[in-house]
Amino acid sequence: MWDYAEKVKEHFLNPRNVGEVENPDGVGEVGSLACGDALKLTFKLDDEGKIEDVKFQTFGCASAIASSSALTELIKGKTLEEAESITNRDIADFLGGLPDEKMHCSVMGKEALEAAIENYRTGETVTHEMEGDVVCTCFGITDHEIEEVVRDNNLETVEQVTNYCKAGGGCGGCTGEIEKIIQRVRGEKKESGEQKPKRPKNLTNIQKIQLIQEIINEQVRPSLKADGGDLDLIDVVGDDVIVAFRGMCANCKMAELTLTDVVQAKLREYVSEDINVYEKK
Amino acid sequence: MDTIYLDNNATTQVAEEVFADMKPYFTEYYGNPSSMHTFGGQVGRKLTEARNRCASLIGCDPSEITFTSGGTESDNWAIRGILAATPNRRKIITSRVEHPAVLTMSRSMAPHGYNVVEIDVDENGRLDIDQLEKEVDEDTALVTIMWANNETGTIFPVEKIAETAHNSGAVFHTDAVQAVGKIPVDMAESKIDLLSVSGHKLHGPKGIGFLYVRKGVMLRPFIKGGHQESGRRAGTENTAGIIGLGKACQLAEQNIEKENTEVKRLRDKLEAGLLEKCPHAFVNGDSENRLPNTTSISFEYIEGEAILLMLDKYGICASSGSACTSGSLEPSHVLRAMGVPFTAAHGSIRFSLSIYNNENEIDKVIEVMPPVIKRLRELSPFGRRQK
Repeated sequence: MWDYAEKVKEHFLNPRNVGEVENPDGVGEVGSLACGDALKLTFKLDDEGKIEDVKFQTFGCASAIASSSALTELIKGKTLEEAESITNRDIADFLGGLPDEKMHCSVMGKEALEAAIENYRTGETVTHEMEGDVVCTCFGITDHEIEEVVRDNNLETVEQVTNYCKAGGGCGGCTGEIEKIIQRVRGEKKESGEQKPKRPKNLTNIQKIQLIQEIINEQVRPSLKADGGDLDLIDVVGDDVIVAFRGMCANCKMAELTLTDVVQAKLREYVSEDINVYEKK
Repeated sequence: MDTIYLDNNATTQVAEEVFADMKPYFTEYYGNPSSMHTFGGQVGRKLTEARNRCASLIGCDPSEITFTSGGTESDNWAIRGILAATPNRRKIITSRVEHPAVLTMSRSMAPHGYNVVEIDVDENGRLDIDQLEKEVDEDTALVTIMWANNETGTIFPVEKIAETAHNSGAVFHTDAVQAVGKIPVDMAESKIDLLSVSGHKLHGPKGIGFLYVRKGVMLRPFIKGGHQESGRRAGTENTAGIIGLGKACQLAEQNIEKENTEVKRLRDKLEAGLLEKCPHAFVNGDSENRLPNTTSISFEYIEGEAILLMLDKYGICASSGSACTSGSLEPSHVLRAMGVPFTAAHGSIRFSLSIYNNENEIDKVIEVMPPVIKRLRELSPFGRRQK
């Protein structure tokens, strides 16, 4: 028997939001009987554009049912933009983790959500599996899907890809192709990671502030948030950037180091060598 | 909460009498049976008694029994040992529904120049005898087909298969791990050349089994070393295990009628009760020729692991042919070979009973299972469409 976290078992035995929303604004269906798991997600928005009601129906194992239940809990009350930012890892984390071999259940949740949002925006029923070229014929998985799970979950091996989206888990005839996709995606990643952007010259004040804000949002905040902290841009005066730590970072003894070694270093790397960062207490 | 154990094709509880017989041979009589002193010699006599009990269960001469570590070793040895003894024949014939101990070993011989042929089964899991007859030829070294399937319980016509194999001079081995102890086996009246048995499938301990090798059949040793087991299988004997296996065989011989009356009655009651109360369910396997303790039932539109986990809440232990229980992604190779549709293959549950099950347990399962199936179908998009 799988070693499931208590929360997985709880959501399997007592799943939340089971069923179908009446007159839904968005419907997403992924998976199939042949694949061994399938999920239908329906949602309705309120006047403010937030997900007011969401329900699911799942054919699958305990992980698939628990992942579907977790997904509905995670997106309820959120705008579609907020819901879109939820990853399969968020679903797994919400449940206290899933066995590696069951991560495809969380991916199925994310795909159903994407399909439902797409349905809301375009009015079309998206057949997720058919985007791109089918690589794994046993489970009908396309190169697009494989690229996405490799990128989103930083996967390195064919076995991991199989765990996350089933591709390669049938006859195994596509493992060579999956290997190439992994190399391609990771190659791009490595390349983009190694490429240092050129610092732009002759920025206007507004352009400079916008760039600083962009670097903080993309390069700094995610790692702080991962540790329960955050950071806000307060002001920019010439080359002096004033920021304020939030959450766990506000009382962190290492905040000074974070300020110079992370925030200032990133801004000097991407905006200007002359930048100095100060904390507003 | 009491456990209701209905997974006896996976393993069985060690019978109390078996454990009682084994126990002194861990602590009091721990001598090596190969030793010259009396302390070891007394263990040797007990091994002889165990061998006689094993031989009695399958109706053979005790010298035709070689103890092994269990079913997998017996199967592996039979295949490798026959191929080594008949180097001029390069074909192995087996079936698509064999246990991995046979399938994996057979397939592993293909890169070594062997032609491995896997015979099909029909929708009831019955072997395609016509295909078998066409395939067996002068190049066939070994035909290895199980006596009874571990998932569906379907019994194969092993005597007919043995005859077919012999017509072309091939040797016939059967993996009888699921059959011995559940249906009568008499090698004296049989044409079978080699037969594998496992202790833990018949209320003996794990890690012990035997391979029956008919007198006159050439079989090369698989494990080489000392002179134990008449030089056929080296290694100091698993004495307590062998003694336990002997006792288990003795008990199995006594209980064989109960297996085919009382256990079968309970199995039939369980099967009928579930089919009556659960729509969109059907039995996998041959309704006529089937092990008396086994039923594999497919519940359409839901998934087996989810069923098992819900049953686990009630202390009910069964098994599933679904992919999600095993970590693989494809449902059972047996059900796939039978052409069971995906709608059902993912939701298959195997119940396998033993003489230790009782009426109350079966009643409890018949009571608990239908609402579990109903609940999971309510969760399933396919289940809802079938209403």
